Amino acid sequence: MSDHNYTPKSKFGKWFNDRLPLLSLANHLTDYPTPKNLNYWWTFGGILTFCLITQIVTGLILAMHYIAHADLAFESVEHIMRNVNYGWLIRYVHANGASMFFLAVYIHIFRSLYYGSYKSPREIIWILGMIIYILMMAAAFMGYVLPWGQMSFWGATVITNLFSAIPLVGESIVTWLWGGYSVDNPTLTRFFSLHYLIPFLILGLVVLHIWALHVPGNNNPIGIDLKKPSNDTVPFHPYIVVKDLFALLLFLIVFAFFVFYSPNILGHADNYIEANPLVTPAHIVPEWYLLPFYAILRSVPDKLLGVVAMFAAIFVLVILPWLDTSKVRSAIFRPLYKQFYWFLVADVLILGYVGAMPAEGLYLLVARIATAYYFLHFLVILPVLGLKEKTLEVPLSLTEPVLGGSPNEAMARSKKEIS
Amino acid sequence: MRVLKSLLLVLVISTYSYNGTAAERSHELLSPGWSFKGFFGKFDRASLQRGYQVYTEVCAACHSMKYLSYRNLSEAGGPEFSVEQAKIIASQFELTDGPNSDGEMFTRVARLSDNFVGPYENIQAATAANGGAYPPDMSVLVKARKGGADYIYSLLLGYEEAPEGISLDDGVYYNKYMAGNKIKMSNPLSEGIVTYIDGTEATEDQMARDVTSFLAWAAEPHLEARHKIGFRAIVYLIIMTVLVYFSMKKLWSRIESKI
Repeated sequence: MSDHNYTPKSKFGKWFNDRLPLLSLANHLTDYPTPKNLNYWWTFGGILTFCLITQIVTGLILAMHYIAHADLAFESVEHIMRNVNYGWLIRYVHANGASMFFLAVYIHIFRSLYYGSYKSPREIIWILGMIIYILMMAAAFMGYVLPWGQMSFWGATVITNLFSAIPLVGESIVTWLWGGYSVDNPTLTRFFSLHYLIPFLILGLVVLHIWALHVPGNNNPIGIDLKKPSNDTVPFHPYIVVKDLFALLLFLIVFAFFVFYSPNILGHADNYIEANPLVTPAHIVPEWYLLPFYAILRSVPDKLLGVVAMFAAIFVLVILPWLDTSKVRSAIFRPLYKQFYWFLVADVLILGYVGAMPAEGLYLLVARIATAYYFLHFLVILPVLGLKEKTLEVPLSLTEPVLGGSPNEAMARSKKEIS
Repeated sequence: MRVLKSLLLVLVISTYSYNGTAAERSHELLSPGWSFKGFFGKFDRASLQRGYQVYTEVCAACHSMKYLSYRNLSEAGGPEFSVEQAKIIASQFELTDGPNSDGEMFTRVARLSDNFVGPYENIQAATAANGGAYPPDMSVLVKARKGGADYIYSLLLGYEEAPEGISLDDGVYYNKYMAGNKIKMSNPLSEGIVTYIDGTEATEDQMARDVTSFLAWAAEPHLEARHKIGFRAIVYLIIMTVLVYFSMKKLWSRIESKI
């Protein structure tokens, strides 16, 4: 944190701040110079923080009424829906909140991909973000198991069974994960315990994510380093605060629409049938936000390789800062990358679509092509493109005319002086 | 680029409005137009009360509704029987309670606070009595079936003679809306099987409508409150959004930049 010269005005404030510099921190957060050209895709960080807190608060209340037991879980959820005051509201906010959380996180991630926010010097922010994303998936998966409906039970069975693909020790690991020889009460109670833990791990990582962000400052649509503070930046408060609030309110309108008018549209009807180990649903599908990975998993004929492909799909994202060789951050100045970016968006949506369909015939073929293209994008197109692509001229600052050609301000300036 | 983006949009919309079981069910579901759909959707009280009558006189012979209590019948947003009526309804059922201070189980009349008394002791008894097919508990049935109320309504009216070439075992019936078309429940409704207290003519369609409305309420007893609060919440959010928008415009007018 860059500002060390802040002194509180009051005597008590000064005394306190010398011992615990909370006031300095508050001052840093309000004054934090933010690029003034951020567009609305940059408001999703604030929205995500809101989502996390909403999930924690609603989850806390649900946990007061929920019973983590194979014989009682389904009933306790119905108890929440029927007898707990506004229990239906709290549960619907929590269940739809998970979907909204993922919607926001996908926009946030694809924003980063478009504007190259993961590139130097922001690699650590990106990796922390990816760890948060992985933890989110784990939390969401375990949360979906808790109501102990048919999809809960069979989804848990399918996903935990993936670990049986590990050679030699796979079966033992699965037994260990289950706490028995099938998904049963011990599985439910440990999932509940972990589901309660993970959000707080995420909260800690979010603090680190924001801390790491505040070192280099925000990237921006132009993708150049800005002098901070300068004419190109505004203080976080009130300018960004009010803008984030406006975007959050728009987001909440969509959120409210789901909660109040179609609370079950994103779920699966089968999950209102109590778990029954003797009856397998016709189609076992995960929640929508996991479908692209599910499609990758099923597109590989071999079980072990399918699991490897699925984890690799996440891992390539983690090492993305080193796969993308281009020095220019923003897609605005990368005409070719911009097109490949939209191809990737389409590819992921196609994967999501085929992930919801039965893995057979044309769907399977499409899933295989889309899976191959996914890896092609990250492992071949991005590294090669960075070396070959002819990028457009990058401006020196938001106010100065187009001159430089480097995303690094100091380098661009020295280049300008030479020419 | 614009074309590509609009293509993407179409794809997104079609992706997430897919119908997973469309291939299995060849018939479009019937929909009589429910009063409880839409922004201001509310249940039709008279229909819910008739629906309860159909449930208790017909369905309840095999189907339990274990998550409902008799008190729910008099609560706001439901059939809204009077408390007295609900007490009388409850008193028609008996259940086993106990043990008492002598350690004996005893039978007593149901009270408002009791859950609906089911027709069978347990799932195994229900399965055994119904040719090996468990009649599902109806508390959340509408939410547990793709198509919801439309599906239940269609199923009730979907009994037909089996088309040629399809042979049915004993105790199996043909229903054009059931997955696989084979159902172990015989057609439960026939004209006049119920004599409505309010004098409404008990046609098959009327009974199917009423009992489906009742089941929809049972699955979502706070639906009316949800619609009411939802409307207010969204209006509030829109007003807030407009106010914050103008505050933002005013604040940012100091800065030479677009927002």
